[in-house]
Amino acid sequence: MSSALAQTLIVMPAFNEEDAVAGVVAEVRAALRGVHVLVVNDGSRDDTVGEARRAGAAVVDLPFNLGVGGAMRTGFKYARAHGFRYVVQVDSDGQHDPAGVPKILDALQTHDVAIGARFAGEGDYTVRGPRKWAMKVLAVVIGRIAGTRLTDTTSGFRGAGPRAIEIFAEHYPAEYLGDTIESLVLAARAGCTIQQVPVTMRERAGGTPSHAPVKAAVYLGRAAIALVIALWRPPLTLQPEAGTTP
Amino acid sequence: MTTATYVFGIVSALLVLVVVFELLRRRRVRERHALWWLFAGVLALVVAVFPQLLTATAQLVGIRVPTNLSFFVSVVILFLVSVQHSAELTVLEDKTRTLAEHVALQDQRLSLLELASEPGTTAAPTADLPEPAHRVDREARSA
Repeated sequence: MSSALAQTLIVMPAFNEEDAVAGVVAEVRAALRGVHVLVVNDGSRDDTVGEARRAGAAVVDLPFNLGVGGAMRTGFKYARAHGFRYVVQVDSDGQHDPAGVPKILDALQTHDVAIGARFAGEGDYTVRGPRKWAMKVLAVVIGRIAGTRLTDTTSGFRGAGPRAIEIFAEHYPAEYLGDTIESLVLAARAGCTIQQVPVTMRERAGGTPSHAPVKAAVYLGRAAIALVIALWRPPLTLQPEAGTTP
Repeated sequence: MTTATYVFGIVSALLVLVVVFELLRRRRVRERHALWWLFAGVLALVVAVFPQLLTATAQLVGIRVPTNLSFFVSVVILFLVSVQHSAELTVLEDKTRTLAEHVALQDQRLSLLELASEPGTTAAPTADLPEPAHRVDREARSA
């Protein structure tokens, strides 16, 4: 596992996270020896860059806000340029427990994409009401497309192997919900295999996820549109794994 | 129709064409963006010069009031122009996004290089990156 860690890039998209980012970077570096941490500053106006750098992370500083999808594509490009085999996305607000990273890496030995799922039996993270149903519907539909059982498709705690990195570095979607829903559909339709890994998640440090029915309905509606459009697009073709070709 | 309205129609159509051509001439508008406007201007000129064309076409497609046909065609053209603008906007946004990513990545490489070339610093920040040879190969391929 340690060799996999040395080939792994932890990508943290960060937008105005100067309070949390240093602590999260330090925690990840302490928990995962030898791992590389890249903080992608997504146009923050605060000192996210300085804090991340002081904590020992490599920092890529986007000139303006691109959203999580844009930040992640930058991360995948970085990984590709520097020859990392695995990319694991970790939120910079401390929501994701770095203890879940080795499990994701384990799954990446046999699959192209691994999702750290919140509702797969571990942890005490709960979502109630209409939003829960919205997420459930999405999980079932995308699971069907990917040909695997999924319970949490909106998790930002996920990893990508070499074949997926190759695709994501060029095509990681930047639209609303693109980084969660469309990216999975895109990968699945290109022929990537997806596996879900149960992980523990903590309550978000600041701000609570909304449970209002109207918002949940809007969310589900937008998600459905994103899903339909993602399915409508011409599928991408999977490149043979980098390194196996001369 | 009086002579005044006849002339008014022709002058309006010519005005559209003159404005579009002038913008094209000064390179303020690229030809691909001006295509629909040129089409609309030419169409308006033809209809202004030969109003009976509009009446005949309206009768052919079963529109009782000929001006309604011209309104309909105008709306369709405006719709197409604005859809084209949306598409162009999307392309531009995508390009901007890609540029932003590249700028940020190059910024990072540049600051690493500066750090490494500074006298007195012993730490090479890129030393522990995996497979540095691989990197060169990749960069060459994406170039």
